[in-house]
Amino acid sequence: MPGASEKSKKAIISWNNIWTDILRFSKIYGSDLVYQERYNEVTSKSFCSAKIADQSLIKSGAQIFVDTLIDLGVDTIFGYTGASVIPLFDAIDTVCKVTPDVSMQYYKDVTAPLEQMTNYDRIISEQFRRIKMSEKSSNTRTGAQIVVDTLIDQGVETMFGYTGGVVLPLFDKLYDAPINFIVPRHEQGGCHMADAYARASGKVGVVLATSGPGACNLVTGLATAMMDSVPMVAFTGQVRTDLIGNDAFQEADITGITRPITKYNSIVKDVEDLERTIREAFHIASTGRPGPVLIDLPVDVSLSKCSGNNSTEIKLPGYHISGKGHTRQISNAAKAINQSKKPVLYVGGGVIIANASQELRDFAEKAHLPVAMTLLGLGSFDQTKPESLDMLGMHGSAYANYAVQESDLLIAIGARFDDRVTGNIKTFAPNAKTIHIDIDPASISKNVKVDIPVVGDAKIILKELTKQVEYQEREEWFRKIAEWKKKFAFAYDKKASNVKPQYVIEEICKQTKNKAIITTGVGQNQMWSAQFYKFIQPRQFISSGGLGTMGFGLPAAIGAQIARPGELVIDIDGDHSFNMTMTELATAVEHNLPIKVCILNNGYMGMVRQWQELFYGRRYSKSYLKNPNYESLAKAIGAVGMTVNKKSDVSKAVEQMLKEKQPCVVDFHVEPEENVWPMVPAGKSLNEMNGLDILERLI
Amino acid sequence: MKHIISALVENKPGVLAHVAGMFAARGFNIDSLVVGRTEDPDLSRMTIVVIGDDRIVEQVRKQLAKIIPVVKVQDFVGQPVVARDLMLVAVSCSPEQRPELLSLIEVFRAKVVDISQKYIMIEASGPEDKIEAFINMCKPYGIKSVARTGTIAMPRYEKTDIRTPRTEDDKES
Repeated sequence: MPGASEKSKKAIISWNNIWTDILRFSKIYGSDLVYQERYNEVTSKSFCSAKIADQSLIKSGAQIFVDTLIDLGVDTIFGYTGASVIPLFDAIDTVCKVTPDVSMQYYKDVTAPLEQMTNYDRIISEQFRRIKMSEKSSNTRTGAQIVVDTLIDQGVETMFGYTGGVVLPLFDKLYDAPINFIVPRHEQGGCHMADAYARASGKVGVVLATSGPGACNLVTGLATAMMDSVPMVAFTGQVRTDLIGNDAFQEADITGITRPITKYNSIVKDVEDLERTIREAFHIASTGRPGPVLIDLPVDVSLSKCSGNNSTEIKLPGYHISGKGHTRQISNAAKAINQSKKPVLYVGGGVIIANASQELRDFAEKAHLPVAMTLLGLGSFDQTKPESLDMLGMHGSAYANYAVQESDLLIAIGARFDDRVTGNIKTFAPNAKTIHIDIDPASISKNVKVDIPVVGDAKIILKELTKQVEYQEREEWFRKIAEWKKKFAFAYDKKASNVKPQYVIEEICKQTKNKAIITTGVGQNQMWSAQFYKFIQPRQFISSGGLGTMGFGLPAAIGAQIARPGELVIDIDGDHSFNMTMTELATAVEHNLPIKVCILNNGYMGMVRQWQELFYGRRYSKSYLKNPNYESLAKAIGAVGMTVNKKSDVSKAVEQMLKEKQPCVVDFHVEPEENVWPMVPAGKSLNEMNGLDILERLI
Repeated sequence: MKHIISALVENKPGVLAHVAGMFAARGFNIDSLVVGRTEDPDLSRMTIVVIGDDRIVEQVRKQLAKIIPVVKVQDFVGQPVVARDLMLVAVSCSPEQRPELLSLIEVFRAKVVDISQKYIMIEASGPEDKIEAFINMCKPYGIKSVARTGTIAMPRYEKTDIRTPRTEDDKES
């Protein structure tokens, strides 16, 4: 392409100053694309020449996107790749090459501020002292006092949050409250901590942030919790009620912003409504299909006094939960199960949320059913049992996918027929009758037409179903499954001389005797953890499923460790997932939490690289970044740091890591271009898996 | 197919945004949406006309019911229902044309609410197709502007055969 190489050089120059420029020049267009108007004259000409060369081709949407940006005079774009934007990045790569050497230069800047970390708790307490006002009147309480009292009354022992201007009244009351308060380094981290705290304990996770930027930083965390049905209550400060709508300092319409990503939210404008609203929030968050609830609290409401004559009773005329399930549908389901020759259980996170794992095991045992699980369903059934089909879906086991496709009856419990599970929806389980047990009526027949819907609580319905089902041998079906399990087991090259990521996970699984709580980032690290760690208990695997939030692993490990102090918590993370929230390592160090972070470091955004290898002709557009030295980084923050380069060191490193009593980061330098197999390409049927030949060869 | 969905909602700020946002986020099309108070000051009624196949409308109904301040959701499809639009229309009308237009107004049981040298403002109500028909009849005179409410509806108490041709309008008078 004429002009492209010349232009590349110019583009590279502009990438050098990303971090300073983003502060000075950036204007936000859309959600995460930022452009700056520097080097305009120099580069726009060369961009144009590159574009002209491309005009003869029929343009893809991605190409139109890039061309239009160029037309608009954009010469630098900031962004981060991901599955749905790979085509855009591929098109961007056509006109602008960024070499790893260049990205390395801005990495140095990222790591610098970590050394200047200060003890936030100390600062906060000083602020407390300065503003602390004793409450003279004993009969009337301020809004802030009501919040704290109600939290204690709701059984909240731990909460996460970050201070700020409009939440100072709350923090003042929290100063004396018997609540364990964890301050993250960024509100997003705090939100993920509260989320994982809830997932690990089954209790409601509570997070608090200030108005404006603090509240906005919760957005990713709330959306993560919403997609995975996690019970959470988020409090955000808000500017004074008389300033709302005036674009006041640190004002954001957070109820408007979070409406689609919370189960419910509201702003409390009258202190008389406050206690009732908080009680309703906890009720809504923790019942039915759980989810995050946000309460926006203007500072004047926190400061004003409540008469004490108000009603605190929950008043929710529009909120009903059907628990028991329809009797006739349950007996229809039992009949279908008893008649089925080739049934498969398809178990989702709902079973874990409903604390119904024991009921599921009893049911599967009595009716004699093979159990396939979704990513979030892992742990609901003991994966070391022969009846376990492990995970199904895009990177699920071939035996689970084959079993689903061949089944004559699919029994879905607490699952939602997500596209990563079903593949091509039209050819999903083509011969099967479908039973769907779910507490959310809107989940039923949303993606797949269900034959026997049962709306209700998985625990109650499974108990009832267990009574009605009979044991069936289903010898032929189980023999077939055993054959598949043998032929298409998860595998990797055990003879390879370098460190295979799967080997690291197998070693962790072996040394922790399947008992550790595992959190993950998102991508290959997550899929390998799901494939190679065999879970035996519910609430043992904590991962961002629906939203696929990179950076979830580390704060999640912190939240899980706080929820279950005596237990072993390991974050199996990707290098770039870790990079997103690694600042939270300081939080772990501060509280001396013995979490372990295993970074499967391949330098790439591995899953994106895998897609680029398979579908974009190995054009690794923007999926490689230079990483810091994690060992030194961990040590600088006050954690233990280790680096593993050799296969022979893996076992010893894991052993040493497990002995550590303080936060520990192990940087495993793994095979950079390892792929996750099998893989159902997007839009294909579950049985059209790639990589089976590779697995067969390796077994 | 056109469905009239009636949702009883709590009379709170943000509910309309929540409902409208849900429709936008999930890609459902709203034909019309009307909100108004009810006999209970704590409740409002939203009447939403949605076009879509049964599967889509079932999802609309379920997703509406899932919104916490939404108290009750009904889909009126397949049951006898009284459905009405209200319209104000300003039509060009010279003094000479008035008798002619007035007789048209009478046929449609509409009424004149404002009159000037050049225009007549007419208030008309009825089922949607009647309103459409009235607009068509007014077009030759020149329509200056139209304001319509969208459909509101209420099921009939006596359940009659739903295949009976639509004659509600006649019964009404």
